[in-house]
Amino acid sequence: MAQYFTGTDYLLSLPVVLLTLFALGILLIDLMLPKQLKWVNAVTAFAGVLFATAGVWRIQAVYAKGAGGYLGRFAFMQSMLVDRFAIYFFYLFLAGTALAILISVRYLEIENEHHGEFYALMLLSVVGMMCMAAGYDIVLIFIGLELMAISTYVLVGFLRRDRRSNEAALKYLLLGAFSSGIFAYGLSLFYGLTGSTNLRAIGNALQHQMMVRNGHADPVAVLALITTATGLLFKIAAVPFHQWAPDAYEGAPTSITGFMSVAVKAAAWAMLLRILVFGLYPLRSVYLPLIIFVSIATMTGANLAALTQNNLKRLLAYSSIAHVGYMLLGLVALASVDYTQPAFYDGFKGILLYLMVYTFMNLGAFAVITSLRNREVIGDEIDDIAGLYFRAPTEAIMMLIFLLSLAGIPPLAGFYGKYFIFLSLIESKHYVLASLAVLYAVFGLYYYMRIANSMLMREPLEKELLPLSWGMRAALGVTAVATVFIGIFPNWFIEAVNWSLGLTQATPIAGLMK
Amino acid sequence: MVPITTLHYLVVAAALFVLGVIGVLTRRNVVVVLMSIELILNAVNLNLVAFSRVWGLHGQIFSIFVITDAAAEAAVGLGILIAFFRNKETVNVDEVDLLKW
Repeated sequence: MAQYFTGTDYLLSLPVVLLTLFALGILLIDLMLPKQLKWVNAVTAFAGVLFATAGVWRIQAVYAKGAGGYLGRFAFMQSMLVDRFAIYFFYLFLAGTALAILISVRYLEIENEHHGEFYALMLLSVVGMMCMAAGYDIVLIFIGLELMAISTYVLVGFLRRDRRSNEAALKYLLLGAFSSGIFAYGLSLFYGLTGSTNLRAIGNALQHQMMVRNGHADPVAVLALITTATGLLFKIAAVPFHQWAPDAYEGAPTSITGFMSVAVKAAAWAMLLRILVFGLYPLRSVYLPLIIFVSIATMTGANLAALTQNNLKRLLAYSSIAHVGYMLLGLVALASVDYTQPAFYDGFKGILLYLMVYTFMNLGAFAVITSLRNREVIGDEIDDIAGLYFRAPTEAIMMLIFLLSLAGIPPLAGFYGKYFIFLSLIESKHYVLASLAVLYAVFGLYYYMRIANSMLMREPLEKELLPLSWGMRAALGVTAVATVFIGIFPNWFIEAVNWSLGLTQATPIAGLMK
Repeated sequence: MVPITTLHYLVVAAALFVLGVIGVLTRRNVVVVLMSIELILNAVNLNLVAFSRVWGLHGQIFSIFVITDAAAEAAVGLGILIAFFRNKETVNVDEVDLLKW
């Protein structure tokens, strides 16, 4: 009898296993905790994230050294590929989750909904994300997606007594489940076309079919691609599939809004890149026009809608959709050239660097909004942030840093994400798209500065100083330092992205394309 | 008598999928919308099982996962719907109107 699972498989799934165990542990410990000790759950969840990080670090040290040309290792009969790309995303998810846990504790106490399930669901959704980033088999990717999505539906509706939270969860669930259904239909067609659920086998079979048909795609393959891409674009919230995002972001508990806008979004991107770039690369000439259309629609729709928003969470929701539009431009660049061209790598680098930078700056901005929640004040309108400088000067300056970084002002982190995207666009000769993107970046500056204006120039509505918990201070400190640091020393972080694509080694990512 | 081939199953699945999509887009009642989503997922299952007549067991295993997922989604969906109903006394999608623009 063949040996299906080996010890290596278990080491490679160590972070996933650890997070699952910690999530279950939290559910058990929660039963024994009195109401005033619920913060222990947060500590447990944080410890779980730290242990998982150690697991990822161990995998990185053992299996991703690049020795012998291997940049990663298959596990569980090739259904999981823990390579540098996956490890990069593991770190992003864990960083986003750790920061979101830090800002959740006091917020949940104020909302009077401090339950252990909150942290357990967060960890379980990270398990789903890891399966999406490391999945190399459409079954595992689909299951990971659903585990992440279903956990997030519950987290969005976690404030049971709040009508906005209920409504957001309901909308998110209906549209999310709908898009998962369409996505699964596309995957089933790909299975039927190619006879395999493994991404590489699917890619090879599609390549072969294209060659037999003289470079034209099978109509069924086009249908499968459109349904799959619809599901993927729904998950990253690109226009015209974005309507769930502002509603879910506004209604969700604010710390979960931050979590969704970085970790969940990064996971959706990891899945999209895995499927469209690693698996369906032979069909890139078919999906390129679609992605160009969607990226223009996303930048236009989101930037225009953000101009008139008065709710901070909703404004940042539209801004996060606009950022998806910029990242899609990186995909345009990398899909329009061969994988031997520099534009391919610069586009890929741009997307990965953008996601890292975005994790810190956006979560920082949401941390500031979370801290505005007080006994009487819901704190998500643009008026609530008025005069923040007079109530919490340090925090107001940090918020200014995050906003300038989101707008892409040079000495800060946000600039470098955009830099590589625009560079790759110019390298792949999409001059019109590049100019359009720069134009929309100016729109972005307007609505970010509206927040800054309210924060710095207006009289505060509340006079007393803003109380900040220790977790909040830590999260704000880390995100602000990271935003400034990445901006001043971008080289280290660009090196990290190069590492994740295998560009510092003899065998680049191209080895996986063949 | 026409023999039933894989293609017949695929046509039925495609019809179910389209019905599900139309149901999600046009129905007002959230419970019916959830049922339409189940229709879409069942179209996926039918597709997978039909294809595994040609390709082997992978598709059937995938469809078992899809069934499990559909059950989890329905459970969470009804739970959220009950929480919503307690606060708002309605199950119609067009009255879910607190959050817009």
